[in-house]
Amino acid sequence: MRLYWTSLWAILAREALRFVQQRERFVAALVRPLIWLLVFAAGFRAALGLSISPPYQTYITYETYIVPGLCGMILLFNGMQSSLSLVYDREMGSMKLLLTAPLPRGWVLFCKLLGSTAISVLQVYAFLGVAALFDITSPGWGYVTVLPALIVCGLMLGALGLLLSSFVRRLENFSGVMNFVIFPMFFLSSALYPLWKMAESSRLLHDICAVNPFTQAVELIRFALYVEVNWAALGWSVLALAVFMAAALVGYDPARGRQR
Amino acid sequence: MSGLRVENLSYRYGPKTALDDVSFRVEAGQFCVLLGPNGAGKSTLFSLLTRLLVPPEGRVFIAGYELGRSPRAALARLGIVFQQSTLDLDLTVAQNLRYFAALHGLSGRAARMRIDAALDQLDMRERAGEKTRALNGGHRRRAELARALIHDPEVLLLDEPTVGLDAAARRSITNHAHGLTESGKTVLWATHLTDEVYPGDRLVILHQARILAEGGAAEIAGDMPLAERFLTMTGADA
Repeated sequence: MRLYWTSLWAILAREALRFVQQRERFVAALVRPLIWLLVFAAGFRAALGLSISPPYQTYITYETYIVPGLCGMILLFNGMQSSLSLVYDREMGSMKLLLTAPLPRGWVLFCKLLGSTAISVLQVYAFLGVAALFDITSPGWGYVTVLPALIVCGLMLGALGLLLSSFVRRLENFSGVMNFVIFPMFFLSSALYPLWKMAESSRLLHDICAVNPFTQAVELIRFALYVEVNWAALGWSVLALAVFMAAALVGYDPARGRQR
Repeated sequence: MSGLRVENLSYRYGPKTALDDVSFRVEAGQFCVLLGPNGAGKSTLFSLLTRLLVPPEGRVFIAGYELGRSPRAALARLGIVFQQSTLDLDLTVAQNLRYFAALHGLSGRAARMRIDAALDQLDMRERAGEKTRALNGGHRRRAELARALIHDPEVLLLDEPTVGLDAAARRSITNHAHGLTESGKTVLWATHLTDEVYPGDRLVILHQARILAEGGAAEIAGDMPLAERFLTMTGADA
C-alpha cells in the first residue's frame, strides 16, 4: 500500500513542479479561452439568438453560453498537451523509469492522469476567475458543484490523451492529432452553439455532435455550473472515461511491443 | 537461485529477427559483459529484461523471480541504467534520486539514508544539490548509476553506459561498476567496446541476434587480444 501512495505522491509532485516551471504554458492555456470569450463571443452575440433552455432560466448572453464550452476546451487542450508530453517522455526515456518501476502499469498511468487532471482543473478555475472579473458569472454554489464535473471531464479527456499517446509514435505526428481530434471534437459539440441550433442546419451534424463525448462533457459542466446534475451527460462521460482508459491500458501493454 | 538467467528468448520486429533463441546465465556476484557490435540485438535484449517488451517466447529470471509471472517482484530487485539518459535535467541530483526512490516505495528518512549511501558509493555526495543539467556527462552517468542502486537491487543492468563519455570518465564508471560485485551484486554490462572487459569478467558475445560465445573473458580471448578475437568472430559477417 505504501508503495502506491509514495509513488502517487511522487508523480503528482513532479507534474506540479513541471507545471510551475512552465509558466508560459499556464498563460497560454489561459489566453486561448479568454480570446474566445472576450473577442469571438463579443462578435458573435449579435449573430446568434439563444432561447431559454435548461439549465438557464432567463435569457443569457452568448458569453455566458460558451463559458462551459471553454472550460471543456481547457480540459481538452490540457489532455492533449499531457499526451504530447507523454510521447516526449517516451522519446526522451524518462517514461522508461516509470514503466520499469515495480508498479502495475495501470497504476502508473492512473497517477499520470490524476496529475494532469489536477492541473487542468486549476487552470479552469483561473479562467472562471478571469471571466468573473469581466462580469461573466454563475451562481455562487456553481463554482463548488462544478468541481466534480471538471474532475470527471478532465479524467475523461486526459484518458483520451493517454490513449492517443499510446498510438502516436512520434512527436511530429501530433499536428495530425490537432487536426483530427481536437478541432473536430471542439467544433462538433455543444461548446459554441446549442445542439438544437445545429439541428436546424443539419440533422446529421446534430447527431454526430450528440454522440461526441466532448458534448457530454460540456453539458455536464454547463449543468454543474448551475448546481444541477445532467445525469445523461454524467453517464456518457463516465462511460467514455472507462472506454478510453481501458483502450489506453491495452495500448500500453508491453506484449503489444509498442514501448520501444 | 539468484543472479540473472535468460532462457530461449526470441523476438521479432515484423519480419526482422532481433533475438533468436538467446540463453545465458550470470551467477550472483558476477560481472558479465554483453559484448556485441551495433545492431546485434543488445537493446532489444535490454527491453525484454526490463519488461518494456514482453517476449512471445522464452523466460527471464531475475534474482530467482520470473519476470513474466511476477513482474513486480522481479523489477523490485532490478537496477537499470538505460543507454539514453533518463535524468530530469530541471531537477537536482537529489530530487531525481528522491523521485526514483518514491517510485520504489521509499520516502522520508529511509529514502534519504539510501540516497546518501548511493551517492557516497559513487563519490557524488557533494553534487547532490546541483541541477543535473549543470553536470558533465561523466557525472550524469554516475548520478544515474547511484540512482539505480537506491533500492539495493540484486541485479544491475547497464546498457552501453559509457556512450559519449571521454576516456577518463569511461574508465571511472567502468571501475565503479566492477566494484559493485564486491557487495554481491550481479551486473550485466552491455557494450561494443572490448576495452571495457576485464580479464576476470564473464563474457557473452551477441552477434546478429544470436549468442556466439559465452564463458570467461580470458578463455574466449585465448591466445590473442580480446579485441582481435572479437573482430574475427564478428568481422566475417560485417
